[in-house]
Amino acid sequence: MSLAIELPGLKLKNPIMPASGCFSFGREFSQFYDLSDLGAIMIKAATEHKRLGNQTPRVAETKSGMLNAIGLQNPGVHKIIENELPFLKTFDLPVIANIAGSTIEEYENVAKAFQQTDLIDAIELNISCPNVKEGGVQFGTIPEVAYEVTRRVKKHSNVPVYVKLSPNAADIVSIAKAVESAGADGLTMINTLTGMKIDLDKRRPLLSNKVGGLSGPAIKPVAIRMIYDVYKAVGIPIIGMGGILTPEDVLEFLMAGASAVAVGTANFQNPMICKELIEQLPATLKKYGFENVKEAIGSGHSV
Amino acid sequence: MKLIETKIKSITVIAKDTVKLDIHVDQDLLETIRPGQFVYIQIGSSSEHMLRRPISIADLDKEGNQLTLIYKELGEGTRKLSRLRKDDSLNMLIPCGNGYRIDQLEMTQALLVGGGIGVPPLYYLAKKLIEKGVNVTTIIGFQSKEDVFYEEQFQRLGKCYVTTNDGSYGHQGYVTDIIEQEQPQFDYYFACGPNPMLKAIEIKLKDEKGFLSLEERMGCGIGACYACVVPTKDEKSNKKICQDGPVFHSGEVKI
Repeated sequence: MSLAIELPGLKLKNPIMPASGCFSFGREFSQFYDLSDLGAIMIKAATEHKRLGNQTPRVAETKSGMLNAIGLQNPGVHKIIENELPFLKTFDLPVIANIAGSTIEEYENVAKAFQQTDLIDAIELNISCPNVKEGGVQFGTIPEVAYEVTRRVKKHSNVPVYVKLSPNAADIVSIAKAVESAGADGLTMINTLTGMKIDLDKRRPLLSNKVGGLSGPAIKPVAIRMIYDVYKAVGIPIIGMGGILTPEDVLEFLMAGASAVAVGTANFQNPMICKELIEQLPATLKKYGFENVKEAIGSGHSV
Repeated sequence: MKLIETKIKSITVIAKDTVKLDIHVDQDLLETIRPGQFVYIQIGSSSEHMLRRPISIADLDKEGNQLTLIYKELGEGTRKLSRLRKDDSLNMLIPCGNGYRIDQLEMTQALLVGGGIGVPPLYYLAKKLIEKGVNVTTIIGFQSKEDVFYEEQFQRLGKCYVTTNDGSYGHQGYVTDIIEQEQPQFDYYFACGPNPMLKAIEIKLKDEKGFLSLEERMGCGIGACYACVVPTKDEKSNKKICQDGPVFHSGEVKI
């Protein structure tokens, strides 16, 4: 069975890719399997300059999930282009670059830096990071602001731009429509939900940032609902994410309306998860009566 | 580093909430392990625990294809681990991190200082140092008498001092008090334990050369997620504890 799917800027061998922030730039996972097996890779968020991120503890386990508040630690876009992307070029692997910023100008500057190279295939515009004081999620929760940052990043990009939506928005459909009208080529959703865990012994939030982003199977129903609603409201493709662990989860995302999916937290429990899902997906599609991936997309909308 | 599915040979409680796990690991994989490295264990195969648990390597027996891990039950995940029995399987990444690179060091005497669940990795380290002909002095500290473990094992390898915070066993006080009282002679020190202890040791032994092993809540355990970082002394960059560490030179990172 062919798992191939074509999206703006992306010729995917299969619809499975690691989610941004959970896979760094691929190096560590390349010791377990050939990265060329993946549909694509979403690399760790790039900002204009190096960022050290938040204090530790930065992660906490929760029931069927985890909270993280890394705080966008990254070496800066120029070092990523210089040191990380050439390594990824050695694989047959579409690269989706996640870009973040504190100001619209910073987003533009990161996009411009990538524009000078031919090392990426698409941009994932991160207007939904909940773990930084400035920028991040505030760009993703107000439709007018989401529109503006999308429009301006599009101007400085020679590759398709996918906008990563925040589940923390009051109405995710209105954000999706706003970024579509600003020229977004696709959507990725959902980013993490803000959450908190309190340390009973210390009587204070466990994460040093207090608040973190909740990910993992615990948020999957939220992601499915949001993709289901957004799929009906927009005409651009969706890459779905949020707690995927099994091939049935992948199919559920496709049925809700995702054209491809990203796997995040599950890489920590099982570093082989993406490869295993790619191997298991054909049997699951077949079991539920699908001949290929394309047929399954949006198939959960039959009344 | 390998991802393996292996079997438990025995599981024993050796002190309060402290469990020793002997597991089967093939000799050729054991050959690659350095003292101070750890394994990253999956807790069950359901979605309940999405994060693995880092557990330090206490000992290994190459001919017997056996690895010994010692951990403390600190939460739900480690308690679940303790419910496993002989022949149950265990999924782990092995070996993780950079250990103590003792092959590159010239010395005749070493001081090992461990606190609580920081004690186990020092045991395999002590054995490897003795193989090299190094004299080993160990200071191990615990909260209370019921927490003490491996005293006899360390006594067999050299001089061993035990301290308890409440004085219910051994010397009353902290490991640093023993350093002060006994003034042990050494070329390098090796410390593993909670951060306040490591900080106190680094200050007390500021003119000496040594290594500190750190712990932190981890995400991926392989260097990809940037969860378990520690700033360098100049605070201009971060080191990843799971990948660059858990062992660092004294003065290398800001504890």
